[in-house]
Amino acid sequence: MIAYYSLFKIRLLHGFQYRTAALAGALTQFFWGFIYIMVYQAFYNSTSTPQPITLHELIEVLWLQQSFLAFFVLWLRDNEIIDHITKGNIAYELCRPINLYSFWYAKLIAQRLSKGLLRFSPILIIAFLLPYPYNLTLPDNLISFILFIITLILGLIILVAISMLMYISIFYTMNGTGSLLIFSLMGEFFSGMNIPVPLMPHLLKTIVYILPFRYCSDLPFRIYAGNIGNKEALISIIIQITWIIILFSIGKLGMKKALKNIIVQGG
Amino acid sequence: MKIYFKYLKILIKKELQYRTSFILLAVGQFFVPFIIFVGIYLLFLRFPNVGGWSLYEVALTYAIIHIAFSISECFGRGFDVFSTNIKSGTFDRILLRPRSTILQVFGTRFEFSRIGRLLQAIIVLIYAIYHLNIDWSIMKTITLMFMIISGIIIFIGIFMIGATFAFWTIEGLEVINIFSDGGRAMAQYPLTIYNKFIRKFFTFVIPLGTVNYLPLMFVLDKVNENKFIYMLTPLLGILFIIPCITIWNHGVKHYKSTGS
Repeated sequence: MIAYYSLFKIRLLHGFQYRTAALAGALTQFFWGFIYIMVYQAFYNSTSTPQPITLHELIEVLWLQQSFLAFFVLWLRDNEIIDHITKGNIAYELCRPINLYSFWYAKLIAQRLSKGLLRFSPILIIAFLLPYPYNLTLPDNLISFILFIITLILGLIILVAISMLMYISIFYTMNGTGSLLIFSLMGEFFSGMNIPVPLMPHLLKTIVYILPFRYCSDLPFRIYAGNIGNKEALISIIIQITWIIILFSIGKLGMKKALKNIIVQGG
Repeated sequence: MKIYFKYLKILIKKELQYRTSFILLAVGQFFVPFIIFVGIYLLFLRFPNVGGWSLYEVALTYAIIHIAFSISECFGRGFDVFSTNIKSGTFDRILLRPRSTILQVFGTRFEFSRIGRLLQAIIVLIYAIYHLNIDWSIMKTITLMFMIISGIIIFIGIFMIGATFAFWTIEGLEVINIFSDGGRAMAQYPLTIYNKFIRKFFTFVIPLGTVNYLPLMFVLDKVNENKFIYMLTPLLGILFIIPCITIWNHGVKHYKSTGS
């Protein structure tokens, strides 16, 4: 356990070095947030029928999405691991007396955490200072805030477990491009990045609720915005934990099978 | 020009060597933007219009911008990834040759896989035109053509400015994505739906508006007077390339090799 923890710490500190890049990134993210807000505002202005999520709640979700992007986008990838698998350097990794799944998992989660922690604060600070209705406000009660933090962390754990499946699938396909493509497409669509989950048609929403993707981003952000009540949030935490167990089991099993059949062809 | 086609031939051959990878990239280029359109379509199931524009009108705007963007990325990718040339010092090699630097940078990259993005945009274009009741005239067809051509040139201009920055910063700047990717994301809707400041900036500074809502108002018969001016706006947008080339040439003069 100590080995994984120190790797986690090294990677976290390593990630914190890129402060200027993070600031530039935050600026870009801020601009994207604004585009999305203006588009949705124009859509909301076209009708007076009440929507399943109010414009202000949606704006809060959009700011949180931009701030915590590194916590839930699947296109953020680690090329080192892909190279290890496709080029055979994995032999070195296998020499280490550690569990490869946990080793990579610690590395990946540290990367996302450092990226996310560096970027979220500048965006959130500006978002708090904006005038209504473009601003971000604190949740209505402390309990929602605590539930937001819990679901966000559990969501990150789920997401990294999903991304592990993506890397493991490369063992079988030997082609990084294809696996990455399918995972990032599904992730983007089913997590509500393209169209917010509450605005989806009924059938699509049912599918989205069955899949794990929305539990990484949509759930915590809507709890914060007050669109999901505390009771539903508590039930969702149980679902999140179930997903973590399922994804871990599949990942470890898949990895074990892949490593059993692995052939490293010298060179 | 002849030399450019030679570059292209070599690059296409190079890309087709890795066929599976190429096909997957093209498929990705098809689906990644396509789910954006699916998102727009689903939003219109819930909302009647966006800033007064209907689904099919937005689809037309989307298609034109994505066609222009995919073609400019296909040919202008050399400028988009230019900072790597500065870092590794390969730009010195370009300077040594007795040909224009712009032509040679164009020739460094050719992203044929962007055909996927182009294809999805053409599908959306057909879908939009099929559903819109436009009285097609020669003038309107020409305007549409001009919108696409002008769009390609504007995006290439943006890539060139981004590349020029690399002469000073050496690293590529993520911020320039605001204008290339951000501009594309924004201009896939008619710009009138945005805040006044943004609309003016993207009409008068980076003239994406001239391939977006201005000529569209003529194509969709939303203006009655001064039609001619609306029709000609895409041509004004093309002028954007002139300052871009000037800035580029200025940058080349100031170039100091990194020595690596």
